[in-house]
Amino acid sequence: MAGLAAIFGSGAMTNSIREIEGMDIIFIIGSNTKESHPVIANRMIKAFRKGAKIIVADPRRVPMVRFAESFLNLKPGTDIALINGIANVIISEGLYNKEFIDAKTEGFEEWKNSLKDFTPEHVEKITGVSKDEVIKAARLYGNSRNAGIFYTMGITQHVCGTDNVSAVANLAMLTGNIGRESTGINPLRGQNNVQGASDAGCLPNTYPGYQRVDLPEIREKFEKAWGVSLSSNPGLTATEMIPAAHAGKIKAMYIMGENPVVTDPNARHTIDSLKKLDFFVVQDIFLTETAQLADVVLPSTCFAEKDGTFSNTERKVQRVRKAVEPPGEARDDLSILMEISGRLGYKMEYNSPEAVIREFGQVWPAIGGITYDRLDKSGIQWPCPTKDHPGTEYLYKDGFAKDRVRFNAVPYTSPAETTDKEYTFVLTTGRNLFQYHSGSMTRRVEPIEKHAGVAYVEINPEDAKRLNIKNGENIKISSRRGAVEIKARITSTVSAGTIFIPMHYAEASANILTNDALDARAKIPEFKVCAVKIG
Amino acid sequence: MKKLKITIDGKTIEVPENATVLDAAKTAGIAVPTLCHHPKLTPFGGCRLCIVEIKGIPRPVTSCTTPVSDGMEVTTSTEQLENLRKTVLELILSDHPNDCMVCEKAGDCTLQELAYSYGIRENRFAGERRIYEKKDGNPFLERDMEKCILCGRCVKICDEVQGVGAIDFTYRGFKSKICPPYEKDLDCEFCGQCVAVCPTGALTGKQWALKGRQRGVREVDTVCSYCGTGCNITLHVKDNTVTRVTSKEDTWNEGWLCIKGRFGYTFINSPDRLTKPLIRIKDRSSSLNSSNGLDDIFREASWEEAFDHIASRLSDIKTKHGSDAIGGLSSARCTNEENYIFQKLMRAGVGTNNVDHCARL
Amino acid sequence: MNKNITIQVCMGTGGMAAGGFEVLAAFESLMREKNIPAEFRKECSMHKVGCRGLCAKDVLVDVITDDRRTIYQYIKPEMVERIIDEHIVGGAPVSEWEVDEDYHKFHEKQVKVVLSDCGNIDPEDINAYIASDGYKAAEKIFASMAPEEVIDIMKKSGLRGRGGAGFPTGVKWEACRKVEAGQKYVICNADEGDPGAFMDRAVIEGNPHAVIEGMLIGAYAIGASKGYVYIRAEYPLAVERLKKAIAAARECGFLGKNILGKGFDFDIKIKLGAGAFVCGEETALIASIEGQRGMPRAKPPFPVHRGLWGKPTVINNVETLANIPYIIKKGHEWFSSYGTEKSKGTKVFALTGKIKNSGLIEVPMGITLKEIIYDIGGGIENGKSLKAVQTGGPSGGCITTDMLDITMDYESLAKVGSIVGSGGMIVLDEDDCMVNMAKYFLQFTQSESCGKCVPCRIGTKRLLEIMNRITKGAGKQGDIELLEKLSNDIKAASLCGLGQTAPNPVLSTIKYFREEYEAHLQGKCPAKACREMLTYHIIEEFCKGCGACLRACPAGAITGEKKKPHKIAPEICIRCGACFDVCKFKAVGKE
Repeated sequence: MAGLAAIFGSGAMTNSIREIEGMDIIFIIGSNTKESHPVIANRMIKAFRKGAKIIVADPRRVPMVRFAESFLNLKPGTDIALINGIANVIISEGLYNKEFIDAKTEGFEEWKNSLKDFTPEHVEKITGVSKDEVIKAARLYGNSRNAGIFYTMGITQHVCGTDNVSAVANLAMLTGNIGRESTGINPLRGQNNVQGASDAGCLPNTYPGYQRVDLPEIREKFEKAWGVSLSSNPGLTATEMIPAAHAGKIKAMYIMGENPVVTDPNARHTIDSLKKLDFFVVQDIFLTETAQLADVVLPSTCFAEKDGTFSNTERKVQRVRKAVEPPGEARDDLSILMEISGRLGYKMEYNSPEAVIREFGQVWPAIGGITYDRLDKSGIQWPCPTKDHPGTEYLYKDGFAKDRVRFNAVPYTSPAETTDKEYTFVLTTGRNLFQYHSGSMTRRVEPIEKHAGVAYVEINPEDAKRLNIKNGENIKISSRRGAVEIKARITSTVSAGTIFIPMHYAEASANILTNDALDARAKIPEFKVCAVKIG
Repeated sequence: MKKLKITIDGKTIEVPENATVLDAAKTAGIAVPTLCHHPKLTPFGGCRLCIVEIKGIPRPVTSCTTPVSDGMEVTTSTEQLENLRKTVLELILSDHPNDCMVCEKAGDCTLQELAYSYGIRENRFAGERRIYEKKDGNPFLERDMEKCILCGRCVKICDEVQGVGAIDFTYRGFKSKICPPYEKDLDCEFCGQCVAVCPTGALTGKQWALKGRQRGVREVDTVCSYCGTGCNITLHVKDNTVTRVTSKEDTWNEGWLCIKGRFGYTFINSPDRLTKPLIRIKDRSSSLNSSNGLDDIFREASWEEAFDHIASRLSDIKTKHGSDAIGGLSSARCTNEENYIFQKLMRAGVGTNNVDHCARL
Repeated sequence: MNKNITIQVCMGTGGMAAGGFEVLAAFESLMREKNIPAEFRKECSMHKVGCRGLCAKDVLVDVITDDRRTIYQYIKPEMVERIIDEHIVGGAPVSEWEVDEDYHKFHEKQVKVVLSDCGNIDPEDINAYIASDGYKAAEKIFASMAPEEVIDIMKKSGLRGRGGAGFPTGVKWEACRKVEAGQKYVICNADEGDPGAFMDRAVIEGNPHAVIEGMLIGAYAIGASKGYVYIRAEYPLAVERLKKAIAAARECGFLGKNILGKGFDFDIKIKLGAGAFVCGEETALIASIEGQRGMPRAKPPFPVHRGLWGKPTVINNVETLANIPYIIKKGHEWFSSYGTEKSKGTKVFALTGKIKNSGLIEVPMGITLKEIIYDIGGGIENGKSLKAVQTGGPSGGCITTDMLDITMDYESLAKVGSIVGSGGMIVLDEDDCMVNMAKYFLQFTQSESCGKCVPCRIGTKRLLEIMNRITKGAGKQGDIELLEKLSNDIKAASLCGLGQTAPNPVLSTIKYFREEYEAHLQGKCPAKACREMLTYHIIEEFCKGCGACLRACPAGAITGEKKKPHKIAPEICIRCGACFDVCKFKAVGKE
């Protein structure tokens, strides 16, 4: 997200989900769309039925492969080599969009030179994808002028996540596949309101609307709007706060509706860090694994118990409506936050959620035209600066934030932790279709838990045979950071040498094993690759 | 796209050249009954209710499958057509349990509605009915195949939209049946799209059973709280309980949902929900899953006490270690408004930029 | 000893079932054993040939010498030696085994176009077909005719689809020719499924190359590069011969790339049907080739516009295709000289039922039913009297004795409520109950309904239930009217030809034999064929007390002492008729 914003001006999906239908090439890389975004996958299948061709690049044989014209079964963490290789073929076969490059970009020649080594043969060696497949995918994407790229955490959750994103962006710029209807780059948001939480300024480096905290004029603007003086110190990211707590720099934390014990890498370290806090507040609907460590737990409300808005992955602000009363004394989150703020000496008074979004629209014009009244009819995609603005289906129709977008040379770097004599397997993590994130909601849904309530590790039949592991048998997986006992699921979804554990199951969470090494810029941990051993 | 002129029931209208006669009738505001047609799926032509007469074609044709042509003259209702429709409906009902009193779908059932509007009481064709042993082991979908009218919508949606193909027509003749391969238990993505398009009570949600039908049920349109797709959903509420989740056909997500969106709602009423503020009574160094239960670790508190406690502790730490010793994590689960207020609390109330959420996780 | 001798053994399915393979083997081994000189054996060729129609007299063996053809009937392997000794070596035919007058009468009024080479050439030898002017039609069109000219000849010939509907072939081709598309298909519909029909099977088994050549000509005419033969897997011999024929045609350059060096590509794949009757319906057949369940799709759009994989497709029946090479070779005038004004050429019928000479016949359109039954068919078996003829199989209707002068053509048959159909012709005699016969066909169509549309799936089931109760003597007043109402509604509302024609046997029998239905409602089956309505009893004066019936009765309903009249207990009797069949003294009566 940070990577994409640095290049084009925004980190959001450039297209709408609806536009998928109009794409002729859909390039899915590092996204298990059919399981993590099933309804978006429905759109892709609709496009497929209309004749679109699908390219899937993934270390696992994910369900979308069923629809793929080309499946690039790469080794985990080798995305840059693969994408650079594809770009190299597109250039050498003259499939790139010269007009677009001339008119809208800079740094092409320099970047082009950086690709020289990424011949299909070399790429095959790094990624494990045959050179013919690389060429085939390059021709498919290169020959398309209505291509969409889709990615999720399979791209970003690497130490080189930002570079991965740059590589993807380069590919779109090379072919001019951005800034038009049904043509663009689309990071799919994993959670209902990640987009909105980011938009609203729940980021250490930006105020609402991605306005940088380190720019004095911006800070002054917010000080004026909020009637208070604001800190000029840069804040810490979530993944930095935990180590900071461990180091004793962070003394108190307030966590609202998150469960880092399950969702953060290296769970043991996370728990140790949270235990070191002087004071810890958790506001949630359940006593999650994280809440169990808190000093104070505040019962709050779920989506069905409150009014407000969510912004989905395509920047669409949509109305959330209260349907039921919260249980017991549980209170809506807004009133809790306002109460605490007041007691800390900063009074916030809003008589309704709508009053909040009204203020939000004043400090960030991109949603200035959005009112609850308008949202009653349908959601609106920002930017929507005025009351009569229809919203924006796809970004960069009229160019980018800067005149020209820059090609960034991205060298291939191997993952932070690679296999060695002891830790011979690569562990990659992700979601499955049935459970969701830390499982605090879905694991309390009886039929889901009945159907998919047991943690498992996917292991290739070849490896299972070699290690004499039977399907359904409990095996021990350990990394340098911890170990789990987990049921083996023998499947060729994963390639030999790679295993996969879904993140949802606290009792055998992948994140007990994962590496907390971070991407230097985006501060995203490398969930997708770490070295483990079986036994 | 080229427009074609056609006349329906004496009304001349213009429709796009790829339209079907049924589309055209809709454009003209003429209701043609149908059970198997679904606007988001390819035409089927199986229920035969949407038959119409077209000048120049000697026999009635199904309007859902017939493409329009320029100058076409269509009649949607004649005595003969209505007679045929009535026969078809009677035939369907002759092989249907007709147990609307206890059917989950009653009141929301297309077949029931058509039987009502055609006033079918007696059945001239009463005869043998298909009897099936129920054997669905899955926890999500109730499949009562005796109520199935073989309209094929579930087969089509599973294949065309979901790309799964978990079910298909099997057997022949009167014994024709829709089921998974080899009549095994259904094993699929459990998206429930088939449930959403079933025009009868053959497919329902297992969780819906006996939670209430239409009477006293309030529908609230909102947004799904799982992944970032943001599907529009409708919560069916009865007695302060969400009893069902559906999605309307005219939503941007076309009414499609996944297993989590459609069936993952009962956490709302989970007995595990927190109902009172809790304050720790035991040292944090004790293990995470204390064997003595959580009652040993926390005690219930009033909101007033909890607020006081939080305010005083945070103020203390702020005074002692400075604002930047406090960090806040907001939530991608929460609304825009709550997130806005959360960061404002951290920045303006606490005085730090240490605010983030789980975008990276 | 004669110099040139050809021995032909009928090896159609009928011939093989009667032992044709063993007969041929006996000829081969005995010729060798008897040390018939090698130079002679070179001159003497032995062939398996396809069905020649009169399956009732299999195995048929032809011995052709320089001056004459001798046809033997009912030949068994042990008879071969005498034929060799007396006829082939001795030169004197074994006259007592020669075919009788029936055989000649059977052929006298037939005109063989489609079957002209069937039974004369070895179907597994492409050279035999070529020697009989095979592939000359293809050569002719490639050498000198534009596709439009081919279509023009087809239109002028008046050839109509032999699969049942009788749509003009040339018109169908022309419609498909006119559609612009990169890919088109020709499909040969060999999914013959009517009970009692075996025309297509005989054509493919007897002369597969004529079908291939017909497809090639069709492909050239419409501009198709790919063809499929959709054939039932239950025809293993036909499939095998077709496979061989396609391979041979490919080898000889009649299929594949650049056919006859004229730059035209066409090849044929075989798709096996899985025994679903409905797959003979063209849209279901297309679905089946596409790998879907064989369920019909609504028309329009028609296959010529949107067929296989959405591409323009011509589907022709086997017999239609087999006509085509002959029409091209001999001209449309020759072809249209046979037949009536609107129904040209000949038609192959499978003549079965209570007829003396059952078998495969090819007759000019316009021949009367009387000629078929009495001249070709030799009349009714066992001196019984003709009751009706069911044409068109389960989709057709019946023709009664007072309509025997009816001419066999599309129009005349339609006029009386029946159809030519694919060519099944079932002869019924006085022992056949028309209600029961209609029920039989209905049972067939109901169980073969694909289940897609309501009138066919449930409607035919309800019809069948009513028919069942009528034939059980449990019919109610008003049932006949209900049958008519439901039948007409099913015909009007069904999706495909199967449902649209399934009630025909019911409607047609009600039309012509209403009194039989009424009799059933009164509790009587006039033909004494409906088992559940019968009662069996022993006629005391005839009964010798032999005990045969007692032993035959599976239900233990018969009691009696030896040499004294027996008794049947009606409450135990299951009306199977075993006692009736076994009694030599006509002492079992049924009512």
